[in-house]
Amino acid sequence: MIKEIKSLAAATSTLALVSGALLMSSAAYAAEGAGNIEKGKAIAFGRTQGNCVTCHTMDDGESPGNLGPPLIAMKARYPDKAKLRAQIWDPTVANPESAMVPFGKYKVLTEEEIDYLVDYIWSL
Amino acid sequence: MAGNYATNFLESENSMIKNRRFTKLAIAAITCCFALTAQAGPAEDRQAFLDAYKWKFPNVPQEEFINGVYAIDPVGRENWEAIEEFPPYETFIDDGRAMWAKPFANGKTYKDCFPDGPGITHKYPHWDKQKGMVMTLPLAINECLEANGEKPLPYKKGPINNILSYMAFESRGQVTNVEIPEDDPRALEAYEQGKKFYFTRRGQLNFSCATCHLQNTGMQVRTEILSPSFGHTTHWPVYRSKWGTVGTLHRRFSGCNENIRAKAFEAQGEQYRNLEYFLTYMSNGLELNGPGARK
Ligand code: HEC
Ligand code: HEC
Repeated sequence: MIKEIKSLAAATSTLALVSGALLMSSAAYAAEGAGNIEKGKAIAFGRTQGNCVTCHTMDDGESPGNLGPPLIAMKARYPDKAKLRAQIWDPTVANPESAMVPFGKYKVLTEEEIDYLVDYIWSL
Repeated sequence: MAGNYATNFLESENSMIKNRRFTKLAIAAITCCFALTAQAGPAEDRQAFLDAYKWKFPNVPQEEFINGVYAIDPVGRENWEAIEEFPPYETFIDDGRAMWAKPFANGKTYKDCFPDGPGITHKYPHWDKQKGMVMTLPLAINECLEANGEKPLPYKKGPINNILSYMAFESRGQVTNVEIPEDDPRALEAYEQGKKFYFTRRGQLNFSCATCHLQNTGMQVRTEILSPSFGHTTHWPVYRSKWGTVGTLHRRFSGCNENIRAKAFEAQGEQYRNLEYFLTYMSNGLELNGPGARK
């Protein structure tokens, strides 16, 4: 569902160059993208959801743990967004001894929540 | 073999890198023994365990590990030392002393069940060959009560903690010395079960005891520093500020299981008894210093 929105968005932004009307819907998408990041942040910080601050220094999270590395410059470290999603979905693939929660594999978060979350983490 | 790495690493590494390495080493050390249980026995396991913590905390004297997280957290330690000046568990010791003295309805007392008591905490847990199971002190207390026509006590909260606090207090200074008798293979089997429990990931969050208290000990989740398992069993019951009272070791096991969204096992059931057997064996040589206080 999210993927569809994204390819639609890519299409609209190209078309936007030639069409004023579509330019407006592109702006609408940008607003929605920011909304996703907001939602993702709420999930990341929610104590019964991502609760990422338990282990990671990130954004303006208060009293973070240090069990995991700081989440900064994520786009530079994960040029491929799908890799970032995979790390969050099941960190034990990259590191079988990982102390990180397999948020997707163990259904701690829904697929949709992970999509929002990834949008947010990628923006850090 | 497992011990070799203990001195090989530079202290100048930053703690994050050190932690990563430690993770691999500790796991290598322990899983090597895990896999080789035919050759490597409990004594080798314990050495690997000890070496892992020594490597991780080179400046912490071994006898300090009885103080849990306060052995490795100087800031928390200051608060704790202040708390220990007026120990919050003191009234529970007093209540336990009264329980010990008060005759049961049949006129007998705890002393009739525990002639060497009250300072006998260091004799538990032990392998009971006749029963074919790990015997713990809380179980023995309830056995005593029932044998004398009294009602058994709940194992996590309430008055069992009073009698246990009193007995722990009277046992201070005794040394942990769990034996795994070789003349009964079921004892080693119980130990192995406990060890397996300790290393098995469970719960929706997919953690084992080892994930937090061995691999990542010293690291922080939120504001909590993860204590070493070496020394985990020396100081029960514990008065925990969060509980506002004293609780048993098995209450703590349940809490840690629930934190990772796993279903807690039954207090004093076989799983937790075997876990206690393993964990206490790991702490052999450490002094008892219960009851304890934690934040
Ligand atoms: C209980 C601890 C814990 C929690 C909770 C946790 N992580 Fe992690 N995370 C780790 C650890 C430890 C690592 C280091 C790599 C490894 O061992 O898998 C890590 C690594 C990562 C990485 C890779 C970083 C890099 O440098 O490549 C990302 C991305 C990440 N975590 C995102 C998240 C997000 C998003 C959440 C919340 C939804 C989260 N983590 C929750 C412990 C945790
Ligand atoms: C997600 C991390 C985590 C896991 C998994 C975990 N614990 Fe804990 N445990 C903690 C934290 C945090 C504390 C409180 C701070 C401390 O003393 O370590 C604690 C405290 C304890 C204590 C009390 C320490 C003391 O000195 O009083 C014991 C005993 C303990 N855990 C045993 C276990 C056992 C056994 C398991 C597995 C069944 C386990 N824990 C799993 C995080 C964890």
